[in-house]
Amino acid sequence: MAGQEQKRPPRRDDEDTPTPAAPVAQRQDAARTAEVDDLLDEIDGVLETNAEEFVHGFVQKGGQ
Amino acid sequence: MGVRRVMGTETEYGITRPGDPRANPVALSGLVVRAYATSAGPRRALPTGSGWDYADETPLRDARGFEVARALADISQLTDVDDPATANSVLSNGARLYVDHAHPEYSSPEVLTPRDVVRWDRAGDEVMLTAAAALAEKGDPVRLYKNNVDGKGASYGTHENYLVPREVPFLTIAAGLLPFFVARQVLVGAGRVGLGQFSEQPGFQISQRADYMEAEIGLETTLKRPIVNTRDEPHAFGEKYRRLHVIVGDATLCDVATLLKVGTTSLVLGLIEAGRAPSLELADPVAAIRAISHDPGLTRRVELVDGRELTALEILAVYREAVEEHLGADVDDDTREVLGHWDAVAADLGEDPMRCVGRVDWVTKLALLDGYRRRDGLEWGDPRLSAIDIQWSDLEPSRGLAARMRASGRLETLVSDEEVRAAMVEPPEETRAWFRGQCVSRFAGQVRAASWDSVVFEPAAGGRELRRVQLPEPLRGSREDIESLLDAVTGVDDLLAHLVSRGS
Repeated sequence: MAGQEQKRPPRRDDEDTPTPAAPVAQRQDAARTAEVDDLLDEIDGVLETNAEEFVHGFVQKGGQ
Repeated sequence: MGVRRVMGTETEYGITRPGDPRANPVALSGLVVRAYATSAGPRRALPTGSGWDYADETPLRDARGFEVARALADISQLTDVDDPATANSVLSNGARLYVDHAHPEYSSPEVLTPRDVVRWDRAGDEVMLTAAAALAEKGDPVRLYKNNVDGKGASYGTHENYLVPREVPFLTIAAGLLPFFVARQVLVGAGRVGLGQFSEQPGFQISQRADYMEAEIGLETTLKRPIVNTRDEPHAFGEKYRRLHVIVGDATLCDVATLLKVGTTSLVLGLIEAGRAPSLELADPVAAIRAISHDPGLTRRVELVDGRELTALEILAVYREAVEEHLGADVDDDTREVLGHWDAVAADLGEDPMRCVGRVDWVTKLALLDGYRRRDGLEWGDPRLSAIDIQWSDLEPSRGLAARMRASGRLETLVSDEEVRAAMVEPPEETRAWFRGQCVSRFAGQVRAASWDSVVFEPAAGGRELRRVQLPEPLRGSREDIESLLDAVTGVDDLLAHLVSRGS
């Protein structure tokens, strides 16, 4: 796709009418999802392996 | 007026021993306090056998900054007993480290700016990590969590303290603060998986503490907790000052959230002191704080006694406008910083809360949780999500999710790691915390006890005679005030003689 675009002869009009892009919000969402996925990949390895037991064992006494 | 005011934070950390859920939390907390006092290095912490000076003598009315008196004999009877519940130390940064109920607590030194609150608050996290590392080395591991709930009914506090003039009637303060505290959580909540004090219902909410607030105003802090706490221990000239003790807030790990928590509150207190608080009165503040906490979409409206219904962001906007009118154009840098973050976070929350990832704890935590929900198809009742909620606040950077996000640059930081490390040792310069901390680092062996407004010396090592230096004026004892004297004196005797003759 990118290659095809490069072969296309440049036209002055292109500068004024860029190829339609996804709406800004949609692009932001996609970028954000990718960022979160990167983060999840990073922290997958440090998450407690037995979540149920970990949560069950986290018992505190009340304080102030 | 602006954000500057004498203030500080107190954090009760969650504590566990890995693999041993039955470990006694009081004993574990005592280990943490002792481990720091013994491993911090020379002249950085009083030994835990030193006392906390509970004597509450009402100083004379004249506004002397220092007052030297013979200390009561009961302090001399304090000994390093084995009861971990009494473990207590005062640090060279001016903080207090001790066991409160069943949690290790770090009470920050008094500072004057929100940015310094962030700095000395994070220094407390590093103090805890240093203690945990020392214990791990001894084969005595503990895990420490900067959160406020266990999800099973228990809640423990992160308190804020603000000095306010005594002449402002307490009920005026309470009335001005109630709607603000109900709404403030959307800026600075830490986020929580589970609804209800015992997480009876699955779901996500904005605040850790909201479900534990059961009264509008009151003295209690452990039962029937109030949104506005009436505890009246000024730790200063009682005729002149009140210490507002705030228990409604969450422990926060995002610097921007911590800055906003104390910065916006200080500004609203300024409005109240000037008689310019907005006239808002909620119909049911206790119901409203929960309703707002349970609505991460931020559309929930709460009812006012005049019949209006406002969202949390709309309530905050009313306060923000009043602050703008009150401040005028000439504001100091610290105030400008808080206002800038307040405006940016409020605008972003209104547009799309996810823009506040890295600045606001609840949003950042929710982004993580939503990521797992989407990727792995998890429901809110899934224990993996509850585990992430807890692990978010683990202080240890290899496990703690917020700590990892900070390490990888995903949290916006306002103070550098170097500044935080220095703040573990150095006291803030602008308050009496400087004198307290300097006494620890200069005269550690002869400081027998201390408190927020006193330092008790034992001029002759092992002697029975104790002398108390009182500091009822929080702005006296600053570096500017007392450094030249501390540099000039030959020792504690000389210091006491000078303070007596100075008589001021």
